[in-house]
Amino acid sequence: MSNIRDMMRSFELFQPTELEGALTLLREYGSDAWVLSGGMDTFDWLKDRAKQPRVVVDLGGLEELRGISEGDDGGLLIGARTTITEVATHPEVIRRYRLLAEAADMVATPQIRNQGTLGGNLAQDTRCWYYRSGWPCYRAGGNTCYANTPTSINREHGIFEADRCVAVSPSDTAPALVALDARMVVSSHRSERIVDAADFFITPGTDITRMTVLHPGEILVAVQIPERWAGKTFYFEKVADRQAWDFALASVASALELSGGLIQDARIVMGGVSPRPLRMRRVEETIVGRALDDETIEAAGAVAADGARPLRFNQYKLSLTRNLVKRAIREATA
Amino acid sequence: MEIALRVNGQERTGDIEPRRLLIHFIRGDLGLTGSHVGCDTTSCGACTVLLDGSPVKSCTLFAVQANGSEIKTVEGLMQDGELDPIQAAFKEEHGLQCGFCTPGMMLTAAELLDRNPSPSEDDIRWALSGNICRCTGYVNIVKAVQAAAPAKSEPVATGSEA
Ligand SMILES: Cc1cc2nc3c(=O)[nH]c(=O)nc-3n(C[C@H](O)[C@H](O)[C@H](O)COP(=O)(O)OP(=O)(O)OC[C@H]3O[C@@H](n4cnc5c(N)ncnc54)[C@H](O)[C@@H]3O)c2cc1C
Ligand code: FES
Ligand code: FES
Repeated sequence: MSNIRDMMRSFELFQPTELEGALTLLREYGSDAWVLSGGMDTFDWLKDRAKQPRVVVDLGGLEELRGISEGDDGGLLIGARTTITEVATHPEVIRRYRLLAEAADMVATPQIRNQGTLGGNLAQDTRCWYYRSGWPCYRAGGNTCYANTPTSINREHGIFEADRCVAVSPSDTAPALVALDARMVVSSHRSERIVDAADFFITPGTDITRMTVLHPGEILVAVQIPERWAGKTFYFEKVADRQAWDFALASVASALELSGGLIQDARIVMGGVSPRPLRMRRVEETIVGRALDDETIEAAGAVAADGARPLRFNQYKLSLTRNLVKRAIREATA
Repeated sequence: MEIALRVNGQERTGDIEPRRLLIHFIRGDLGLTGSHVGCDTTSCGACTVLLDGSPVKSCTLFAVQANGSEIKTVEGLMQDGELDPIQAAFKEEHGLQCGFCTPGMMLTAAELLDRNPSPSEDDIRWALSGNICRCTGYVNIVKAVQAAAPAKSEPVATGSEA
């Protein structure tokens, strides 16, 4: 299972210039086709030959998928091909949805943010290195989780919602978009569907081979961010071993609506602890309707890790979860 | 596949396989060996080139994706026999030792200085966070970028931009 990095397998490349054409190609080639956006996740898979698609459909020519515009309901519409840099630096994203701009700015490194796209960031596969090295684990269609044996190195793996596979959602922008009640616009040659961000990401219990609801043949076209949370009180923090380049060990995104001294509504979402960006519903229920004070914050921390099942090397994620949740409430700012 | 792109201001063409990486096209087909392959995993930044002005990792880009674009490599920094201010500053401030990371460092820094002529130390470190140096250490690299910053904002007689 050693990786060969010298040369990836050859493939047939298509570079459609219209969405319609891309969707037709995907229908034609089905699961033989690989969708290429910025390539920041893709190249590892191809270079390692852990994935060997026969056909690659490059979305780079689809100008209609790129850019940030006003949404129908007062929010923003972000095309899936918009780069992470554009998301992080766009004045309207910063002004209305600072939570998303901050999360985008924490993705990887400047070059990766210049090349990587929002759609790719959301649709990217998990970073479990057993899986990415091409081991025949559950997620790869086998019948073992190599990350959850007595000798596994699983410091980076999950504490919530594992089901055979213990890998986590790696995306930094995903928790922010779930917190903002974003919606994903997904197209296939037949139809278009709109999926709530919270339902777009799935756990192995739903389908162990996928991280999102996207099927072969489907393209994530755009992300709609509703007006709902524009300009509210936000907090984003990512904890990683290095200050740049690294994936989150855990991250938290919070959106709070405060008025009359009370927390009127809240979204608290964590990355890096579950196979999907995890809405901390018990925490939200605990704090809504209460004053934003020490007592409320302690109560939130007390329930934050309920139901968690740590692995051998990731016990630290329990206290990290409790503390990040507390901080996401205490230090949220407008 | 046939591609045509501008590299350091010159029209270049190629007939290549879709899987050919941009770095291999630049080094192998165009013979511009200033851009390096350090990691081949999008991590080190030694392969950084400017694609339509933005720093990108050319080990993680197919050459066909760069079709029609404008590429700048380290060879394009020098103008009319004069070092670019960023090159002069790396030399002056001992911003390099083995030099392996240096082309990527200088291109990334040059783009930062185009956007922000007077960056703080934090701005510089953040902008260079996708470029790894294994031998000089970052202190002199940051100093070099700081030293190049005022030079960039003054009109340079020889003209520093293509
Ligand atoms: C060194 C390194 C560090 C990284 N660090 C981070 C980090 O800190 N945080 C983080 O969040 N990510 C990180 N990443 C992961 C990730 O690659 C990037 O964040 C990037 O955003 C992915 O986007 P892309 O467009 O390049 O994806 P691609 O590689 O093009 O696509 C990723 C996946 O999504 C699918 N896809 C892409 N676009 C669409 C679409 N529109 N519709 C349907 N499917 C689609 C592709 O088929 C592929 O399976 C890192 C990557 C590297 C190499
Ligand atoms: S060789 Fe491209 S980032 Fe290291
Ligand atoms: S000068 Fe040697 S790696 Fe940076």
